[in-house]
Amino acid sequence: MDKVKEIFKKYTMVLVLILVIIAFTIGTRGRMLLPANINNLIAQNAYVFVLATGMLLCILTGGNIDLSVGSVVCFVGAVGGSMMVNGKLPIWLSMAVMIAVGLAIGAWQGFWIAYVKIPPFITTLAGMLVFRGLANVILNGLTLAPMPAQYLNLFNSYIPDFFHVEGFNLTCMLFGIIVAVVSSVMSFRGRAVKISKGYKVESFSSMIVRLVIIDLAILAFMFKLSQYKGIPVVLIWVAVVILIYNYITSKTTIGRHFYAVGGNEKAASLSGVDTRKVFFTAYINMAFLAAIAGMITIARLNSANPTAGTNYEMDAIGSCFIGGASAYGGIGTVPGVIVGAILMGVINLGMNIMGVDANYQKVVKGLVLLAAVIFDIVSKKKKA
Amino acid sequence: MEYPRLSLDGRLFILSTTLLELKNITKTFPGVKALDNVNLKVEDGEIHALVGENGAGKSTLMKVLSGIHPYGTYKGEIIYNGERCKFTKITDSEKKGIVIIHQELALIPYLSIGENMFLGNERGKKYAIDWDETFNLADKYLKQVGLKESSKTLVKDIGVGKMQLVEIAKALAKNARLLILDEPTSSLNESESRALLNLLLEFKKKGMTSIIISHKLNEISYVADQITIIRDGQTIETLNKATDDISEARIIKGMVGRDLTDRFPKREAHEIGEVMMEVKNWNVYHPIFLEKKVIDNVSFNVRRGEVLGIAGLMGAGRTELSMSIFGKSYGTQISGKIKINGKEVHLNTVKEAIAHGLAYVTEDRKGNGLILPNAIKMNISLANLAEVSNKQGVIDTDKEYEVAKDYKKELKIKCPTVEQHVNNLSGGNQQKVLLAKWMFAKPDILILDEPTRGIDVGAKYEIYCIINQLVEMGKSVIMISSELPEVLGMADRIYVMDEGRIVGELDAASASQESIMECIVASQNKKGGK
Repeated sequence: MDKVKEIFKKYTMVLVLILVIIAFTIGTRGRMLLPANINNLIAQNAYVFVLATGMLLCILTGGNIDLSVGSVVCFVGAVGGSMMVNGKLPIWLSMAVMIAVGLAIGAWQGFWIAYVKIPPFITTLAGMLVFRGLANVILNGLTLAPMPAQYLNLFNSYIPDFFHVEGFNLTCMLFGIIVAVVSSVMSFRGRAVKISKGYKVESFSSMIVRLVIIDLAILAFMFKLSQYKGIPVVLIWVAVVILIYNYITSKTTIGRHFYAVGGNEKAASLSGVDTRKVFFTAYINMAFLAAIAGMITIARLNSANPTAGTNYEMDAIGSCFIGGASAYGGIGTVPGVIVGAILMGVINLGMNIMGVDANYQKVVKGLVLLAAVIFDIVSKKKKA
Repeated sequence: MEYPRLSLDGRLFILSTTLLELKNITKTFPGVKALDNVNLKVEDGEIHALVGENGAGKSTLMKVLSGIHPYGTYKGEIIYNGERCKFTKITDSEKKGIVIIHQELALIPYLSIGENMFLGNERGKKYAIDWDETFNLADKYLKQVGLKESSKTLVKDIGVGKMQLVEIAKALAKNARLLILDEPTSSLNESESRALLNLLLEFKKKGMTSIIISHKLNEISYVADQITIIRDGQTIETLNKATDDISEARIIKGMVGRDLTDRFPKREAHEIGEVMMEVKNWNVYHPIFLEKKVIDNVSFNVRRGEVLGIAGLMGAGRTELSMSIFGKSYGTQISGKIKINGKEVHLNTVKEAIAHGLAYVTEDRKGNGLILPNAIKMNISLANLAEVSNKQGVIDTDKEYEVAKDYKKELKIKCPTVEQHVNNLSGGNQQKVLLAKWMFAKPDILILDEPTRGIDVGAKYEIYCIINQLVEMGKSVIMISSELPEVLGMADRIYVMDEGRIVGELDAASASQESIMECIVASQNKKGGK
């Protein structure tokens, strides 16, 4: 019984996600799970996954948020858009400049936050105004479109199918099978290595259950995509970002420093952690990922426009808190945040399909965010 | 104004009755029986001491009594003033005159003393606070506890010792009849502690009943009429000052369940080697009040395999000295020379200090030492992540786990697994995690700042054993402690600090509490004579 409780506690948000998916599937009479909709879930929310990952690092440092990301997305998009559309400059150059602009913005904000100790809320609130304004200056208040086809290909296209089966993308399905097999094999090997070194391992049965659930989810997901157009390229971008940052936060010393600073900044500093560097890294990285999200956004919209990225910061922050990040810092994981982002995305998508009024959608999203944090805090209180 | 609880006739009225009786209190937390059939009888007008090791259940018992653990979450009954009580929240017990003063001071620094005293107990009407009455009353109560400060002074501007008195004044303002003090002197120096204890004795004369929880047994022998010893959630015995032996040794025996003839473990005879670190003409200024010199031309050295004690009153500058040496983590305009193994070094950051074999184990383990929401293993590895990771900075989590497990075994850290979060551990075990963290940093010189503060006798003994192991391995230990018996029992050589200066160097073999105090008094007198 205790074990069940523990599993329930650990995977609460996953269970909530499953329940929400079931509810919307019923509510939309199954339309929710149509292959095209699953595909849209990725395409529409790609920017959220990327931004939420970066936001997690900011929040880890002590509940600090970055309010400027929506404006940075817009500004970076404006720079790239004007280079490619107006200037007809090469795509690789434009993308390099977009990244450079993102890094420069991050260095600017990170410097004030980390080295001059300006509160992040204020620094990034300023950034939110400044970069939105600058984006409008660059765009002259106009929308730039269309983007070069080659550029769109980098984000909006699909991995080509090598097998040409009618109505089913076999490449995509095979890829899914490979991912499932490889991840399972790695789990088994990791376990074997641990056993050979005499380390403690999770019980065999619980590992099997976990692997079966994950593999089934991967296979079902890829099966749906196969029925549509295959693997969207943007999924690769998102997956790479998630994998890299999951690795950084869970496996590296710099990742560990984020948790330490957020848990107790003074203690971290007295342990030889350069806390200023940690803050600087969080914000320069956030702007870097905002630049990536900017690229994804102008491709998705097929334009650079002055209102792009509005409220993106709220999507990112919301995903983090729904995904279990602590508002006080020091607690939160990349997989958790991704679950949070998917949950938000599913709710959006489900309500759109059901034709819920846009204003009510906002109400629902707001309440979900509040409920998630209430749940988090109440469940922690019970534990204490 | 009325002070019914303190009035003389009030005392006559309730003379020699039992004020409070806790009967068969049992309180369980998930998986732990914190209190097991505890009985406690407090006579009216006495000072009753509650002693026991950390985690014995003293604080839990007081939380039951004051309604923090509400009625229904425990078994047993509370009989107060002849009445069966069912407190469901703190205000219930406060209405009856039971006021608890917690170990962690609960004052708000940017409010005035008066505002703090009447917080939650505001004078006047709900929608119109009567500030005149507030400050007037506050001043009266402050006088009763012997404070000369105006009640309009901000709390941040008075010292810790005075804050404790403000807490007591606050309790008086609530018409306290039974005052519960949880480790009231843990952050006070000797003279402040003595003043506080005398205040309690004075209140006793006026009919106030107090329950005092403390680890400082000499203080308990000094003030208590009765002493109840709690061990592992059970009442072991109650000693009466009039009829029983209440010496420290006797109390310790009750607390640990065995005779603790040797409070300090013997060190294997080992050689004290050459000078490991030498600090010369060290000066440090205050980080905010830039003209204030906090450390004044301090020079000292520590040898290989030596336990160097640094004694002194609170605020003598010992913590500031060690932190300024440890990578300049305190103070500004730092000047002076540090030599390690004969070579001059410049320690500008904590990282450099660690790289040169220094470790500083803070006195404030929760505030400056541990990452409370993190796992034990993550705390232990933090100061030396390089050891458990490769050159690219990738952590080998398996190795990290093993390292933590080894330290768990070596230092006898009581926890189910090293994955457990540090905030769930008792004070003594948290201290061991902190020590483990710095031992894993593989230092040559460890500065231990109040290494046994707020931990129980058994855990103290274990920490002393660890210190002995460290010096036997040839490391140098600098031990800062406000407890003179501890410095005398552990150190090979003692420096005495006062007002940011070193005012004496004593050989531990010939030093005594008196000779240390003499150094301090001489220094204080000299200052007064200026």
